[in-house]
Amino acid sequence: MATLLEVRNLEAFYGQTQALHGIDFSLEDGGITTLLGANGAGKTTTLRAICGMITTSGEVNFAGTPVMGRKTEDIVRQGIAHVPEGRGTFDRITTEENLRLGAYTRRDSAAVAEDMETVFSYFPRLRERRNQQAGTMSGGEQQMLAVGRALMLRPRLMLLDEPSFGLAPLIVQELFEILRTINREQNVSMLLVEQNASLALSLADHAYLLETGRVVMSGTSEEIASDESVRQAYLGY
Amino acid sequence: MDLFLQQLFGGLATGAIYASIALAVVMIYQAIDHFNFAQGEMAMFSTFIAWQLLDWGFPYWAAFFACIVISFLGGVAIERIVFKPIHNAPVLSHIIVFIALFSIFNSVAGFIWDYTIKAYPSPFPSETPFETTLIGMHQLGMIAIVLAMLGAIYVFFRFTSVGLAMRAAAANPVSARLVGVSVDWMLALGWGLAAAIGAVAGMLIAPIVFLEPNMMLGILLYGFAGAVVGGLTSPGGAVVGGFLVGVIENLASLVPFIGSELKLTVALVLIVGVLLVRPFGLFGRVVVNRV
Ligand SMILES: Nc1ncnc2c1ncn2[C@@H]1O[C@H](COP(=O)(O)OP(=O)(O)OP(=O)(O)O)[C@@H](O)[C@H]1O
Ligand SMILES: [Mg+2]
Repeated sequence: MATLLEVRNLEAFYGQTQALHGIDFSLEDGGITTLLGANGAGKTTTLRAICGMITTSGEVNFAGTPVMGRKTEDIVRQGIAHVPEGRGTFDRITTEENLRLGAYTRRDSAAVAEDMETVFSYFPRLRERRNQQAGTMSGGEQQMLAVGRALMLRPRLMLLDEPSFGLAPLIVQELFEILRTINREQNVSMLLVEQNASLALSLADHAYLLETGRVVMSGTSEEIASDESVRQAYLGY
Repeated sequence: MDLFLQQLFGGLATGAIYASIALAVVMIYQAIDHFNFAQGEMAMFSTFIAWQLLDWGFPYWAAFFACIVISFLGGVAIERIVFKPIHNAPVLSHIIVFIALFSIFNSVAGFIWDYTIKAYPSPFPSETPFETTLIGMHQLGMIAIVLAMLGAIYVFFRFTSVGLAMRAAAANPVSARLVGVSVDWMLALGWGLAAAIGAVAGMLIAPIVFLEPNMMLGILLYGFAGAVVGGLTSPGGAVVGGFLVGVIENLASLVPFIGSELKLTVALVLIVGVLLVRPFGLFGRVVVNRV
């Protein structure tokens, strides 16, 4: 399989503080990779660095093109949709306008309308709430909206930052089923950041373990899940 | 009754002036979340550019549209050159720059075109086609143009993807970038549009108040008032607010003990009254926050 995303010696800085100390990983086209790690390990920072939201150095190649140093909006246009920590909802506009914004870079309006229907078929709740001010929706609904908005880009890669955060267990199950479907049906590759390691490992095919801004372990999800130290530290059994 | 109608229509006519400035104020507020104190001076400067074009022999409408284009580009340039470098600076720095722009435009206009008042032509015939002394043709035409601009702005924000992106960029720049919106250019576009609207306002106001560098001083205050009464997030509200301020100001002068000396005070008191009852203005969007 071809490599879709390749990250080499990625360093990231918040002002003077260095948050990533040379991270390497890659993601196969069509695959789902998860980044695991404790609070503050640098997972969110890695996603931010990939889409140029913070100061970085190193190399990020997407579909064979270097994107490091480009503006966020240009990187997004390459087909990387970021579902950020905290969901990034546009509060004061409607659900439908949020989705339209997701397709802002696209000019194929017929296909955009189709994709809106597809999003509504994945998340019927969003159709019911299409004219509701997005900031007034429940946390779960806003998370669905965030994923839906990302889909409207017709991305090749989705960056998902803790999509299960604050959701009831049943909703989480449902959401992850839909993510799996999106991955298969739309051929969208995913880079998933999760606190819930067993959930993430059940969805992903590859996993990387981060500790204080460094990759300390990597492998297939089965390998990681069966590792003794990972089990104790992150899976809790 | 006649006197009442006279003042009512007079109020609508001045209201159109305030409404046009209020529109420009709301436009920039949508984009940058600040009042632009230099808005009136920018409009005045635009009007001088149009006057210069007319003086060089341009036909009225050629000067009109050339002035709109020049003002739009000027607005974009101001954002790119002056405000881009201080994007992350505190609000106070922005206010200082607004004030600096204010006095720069004022004194440069005075330097180039001096402070003597100049007549500025109206594009409308001086005769009203129907028998009335209540309102002049220029005032009617001005009301029509203000309403047309409002319609265009409404369509732009409501139905175009660039309009939607502009609102998104102002409300949530980080998320806007993540859907591919170039936030910097949206800001510049907001400045350009506000400058263009201000130019139209200036060219419509000038035939009434005469053209000179200080022509906007009083008007800007009323324009702000109209925008605030209407609700800063609503272009339609700004126009209604502008007309309201004009009408109230004129009608107040009919009340014997108020007269024309206190009409400004009455208008401002009413504005404060509106804001006490409706803090977001008459048509402002009440932001519902989840708690
Ligand atoms: N805006 C910021 N300014 C300064 N330091 C930051 C900022 N954001 C994150 N950091 C620091 O960078 C490091 C990595 O943070 P990051 O948000 O990437 O962690 P994370 O793995 O996503 O954690 P969590 O699971 O809690 O979300 C932390 O030490 C954090 O304190
Ligand atoms: Mg995080």
